[in-house]
Amino acid sequence: MTSNIKIRIGIIIAVILVCLYGVIGVPKSKDELLANWKKNIHLGLDLSGGTQLVMQVQLQDAFKADADNAIESLKQELQKDGITPSGDITRNDPATIEDADKIEIYIKGIPSDKTGQFRGVVNNQFSAWVATALNSSDYKLTLKPSESLKLKQDTLTQTMATIERKINALGLAESSVQQTGRSDAEAELLIQLPGVDDPAHVKQLIQTQAQLEWDQVQDGPFASREEALAKKGGILPLNTKLVPTATRGGQAAWYLVSRIPVVRGTDIRDASAAAGELNRWETNFVLTQDAAKKFGAYTEANINQRAAIVVDGIVISAPTIQSKISDTGRITGAANQEEAADLALNLRAGSLPAALTIEEERTVGPSLGADSIREGFEAGIAGVVAVVLFMLVYYKRSGINATLALILNAVILIAALAYFDATLTLPGIAGIILTIGMAVDSNVLIFERIREELRAGKAVVAAVDAGFSKAFLTIIDTHVTTVVSCAFLFIFGTGPVKGFAVTLVIGLVANLFTAVFVSRTIFDAELSGKRQVAVLSI
Amino acid sequence: MELFKHSDFDFLGKKWWFINLSLILTAAGFISLAVKGGPRYGIDFRGGALITVSFANRPPVDKVRAALSGKLPVEVEEVSGRPEDIIGIDALQDSALQASRQKVIDSLDAAFGQPANGKYNINAGGAAALADRLRDALAAASLPMSDQQLQTLASNIMDYRKQHSGLIKNLDELASVPAVTPQVLNVIKQQTYPDSVAVVGTETVGPKIGAELQRKAILAVLYALGGMLVYIAFRFEWIYGAAAVIAVFHDTLITIGLFSLFNKEITLTVVAALLTLVGYSMNDTIVTFDRIRENLKILRREELETLINKSVNQTLSRTVLTSGLTLLTALALFIFGGQVLNGFAFALVCGIIVGTYSSVFVASPILIFWHNFLEGRKRNTRGAAPARREPVAPVALKAKATPAAGKDRPQRGSTAKVK
Repeated sequence: MTSNIKIRIGIIIAVILVCLYGVIGVPKSKDELLANWKKNIHLGLDLSGGTQLVMQVQLQDAFKADADNAIESLKQELQKDGITPSGDITRNDPATIEDADKIEIYIKGIPSDKTGQFRGVVNNQFSAWVATALNSSDYKLTLKPSESLKLKQDTLTQTMATIERKINALGLAESSVQQTGRSDAEAELLIQLPGVDDPAHVKQLIQTQAQLEWDQVQDGPFASREEALAKKGGILPLNTKLVPTATRGGQAAWYLVSRIPVVRGTDIRDASAAAGELNRWETNFVLTQDAAKKFGAYTEANINQRAAIVVDGIVISAPTIQSKISDTGRITGAANQEEAADLALNLRAGSLPAALTIEEERTVGPSLGADSIREGFEAGIAGVVAVVLFMLVYYKRSGINATLALILNAVILIAALAYFDATLTLPGIAGIILTIGMAVDSNVLIFERIREELRAGKAVVAAVDAGFSKAFLTIIDTHVTTVVSCAFLFIFGTGPVKGFAVTLVIGLVANLFTAVFVSRTIFDAELSGKRQVAVLSI
Repeated sequence: MELFKHSDFDFLGKKWWFINLSLILTAAGFISLAVKGGPRYGIDFRGGALITVSFANRPPVDKVRAALSGKLPVEVEEVSGRPEDIIGIDALQDSALQASRQKVIDSLDAAFGQPANGKYNINAGGAAALADRLRDALAAASLPMSDQQLQTLASNIMDYRKQHSGLIKNLDELASVPAVTPQVLNVIKQQTYPDSVAVVGTETVGPKIGAELQRKAILAVLYALGGMLVYIAFRFEWIYGAAAVIAVFHDTLITIGLFSLFNKEITLTVVAALLTLVGYSMNDTIVTFDRIRENLKILRREELETLINKSVNQTLSRTVLTSGLTLLTALALFIFGGQVLNGFAFALVCGIIVGTYSSVFVASPILIFWHNFLEGRKRNTRGAAPARREPVAPVALKAKATPAAGKDRPQRGSTAKVK
């Protein structure tokens, strides 16, 4: 055996060791081996079971909330500066994500002698907005493009962080929240929840906006919206709003509450579920220091008044304030422990700055995933066994050579997936099966070429040499063409198609190594040292 | 053992026979597509919802259809050999889709499920909810458990459900689950019931996303074809690239036609398979072209048709072997791969058969037709102006120099071989 062949064998053994290490580490027991395998090979949602959601962040919600805040502080600032607009300050109502940045605030009836002062207030205190005069007394505020971009990004970041906190609180390992990255759909989030056993519950939890408000009750309850309006003469008093209670099978009641809440979800420091009186579940919360001061003063001044705890626009409970409360409060009215715990979790995670709508949802029950693995695996094994048997019969000893190359190909492929932290999905498994097909093709091409050369009367060593070098060109052409098409699949394809392309490219590269380099080395090792080889078992 | 030792079939002599067969197949596919109004897209592309429902005692599919008829535009498909049915809901507006999905689940439960009678359905929900339900009841039955124990018990039961197609048929089965003692089982029986219908998988795709996926998939195919055309044109000659792409296009068209004929759905996974068959068919065509290119350098005096025939014969045993073996894996996938991979495997099986045959009977004849066309034109131009030599003809079908075999080949002689 020449030293050249020894070096090549050394390389092959090194590759095998590195691959095996990547897949199973250095196991000391069978359990450890299985544990390492599980740790290194990530199964996709379609195999492990779980839920994948594509959600759209309704950005316009955040823009509206931003405008509402601006309106409130604008009123205060104008008042402070002695500017009294004769009309109201209102905003428009963008309905879609695309229209979110078309938010506008209208200010009517600025006295003509205060124009300069008004512009000064906007420029100094509301630098995010640009004031345009509609006529001599009315103005329109629009959001600066740079600010609206920032608001969009902040909303998305905050939404993703909130969803992550919710998921983590549920203890769902290996979940992920990311932007889908589609250029024309920046407000889309991809949420992957592998192994979740109660997808409906998790979905509901994620979608809950959890915007908590502690509102002052002005009037109510009323039996219906119409009744409330009728009593107020058809128009709601300034700075109030009507909110319904949860129905729970019965009729909803309506409360007239203050438009600006006393305390918001953002003022909450901590929340937990506990069993209260009569074993009824309730959610306790703790306020931040600043909010506690405000809340203490408010409760002290409003003893025996009613307050409404509103979550996502629905009154959860409307207690009567019995004494001064400073930093803790509780929300009663939960139907069971799960509901109380969910509310606590949502309050801790913080509220979503905008509503989420579901665009796409895929849930694979864990049993369906397990069955897919088994079936795909069985099919793969059946296919490979048939191919190997045929190769052994047809190419005799050279068939062993091909089989070794084939096995090594599979090992490299799986190790590469582990090293790249790639996720194995069903189309990925199909890609592996296809790789095996291409690997067989490479071997067949080489062997048929060697046979041809032998038939043409060449000596064994020369025939092997010619066979490999002639087949090599063909193999390169076929492989590069497939890699080219895989590149397009990866760039333009989506989810599963991408996974397929990745697996196939890795497989093809591994195949170039095994079919050309490894297979050749085995032939050379067999033939070396024997100058005159009369017959080749092929 | 050898399949074809000295094969000398006159493949190209019979080319019209096969070209007609191709035309018939393509036409059949087109007619089927026209009659059915385009390919049958899966919900990935169409938008809609797909619900996989498992039954304890599977009712005949007609009954499932009857239970849902009149309520929503739904299709029910049987999954052979498994306790599941797949129910598809057509694309509706995004918000309505979620509601209709719930409606279908409720209707099925009303028709095939059991009344809850205040009990908890053990075949829905997860471990946390189950633990919640059992906590107080276990304490009341003086079997109090710590939260840790309770969690373990609940997840053991969920694991059991997972291993049994997502459905517990009878609560007595749970006696084999670790931590379930007869006393505990009694509590479970008091508090829960096993509904005989369970939703084991759902998919919802909004129509907007569906349309975009469809656009992206078509784009991906077109770009992939373009990329391969450029690569082959670079490695061989542009006419080889064109012939290969036409052959591959022909394969894809026939496969899509077959999907329509057999009323199979085109899903994202099927698109992956179509792209695989594009790669596979291309692979096959390149192997044949490679041999033609090689022979063009050796057998310069041969007629092109004879030369191509020879090349096809020389690669015949590799073609049959490789196609046979890949077909074997694809067939294994088709037979044992299960419902999820069925469409994928079907596309592969069709694609491998059509792809192998198109290399010989579609791609190669195109080379001959092009050659004959150039020859004819050359003769015409010579007739019209005999004194002028046209520079077009000599360029036709010359093979580019390849690193291994090209060195010893004189470049100038390359025009002679195809005349």
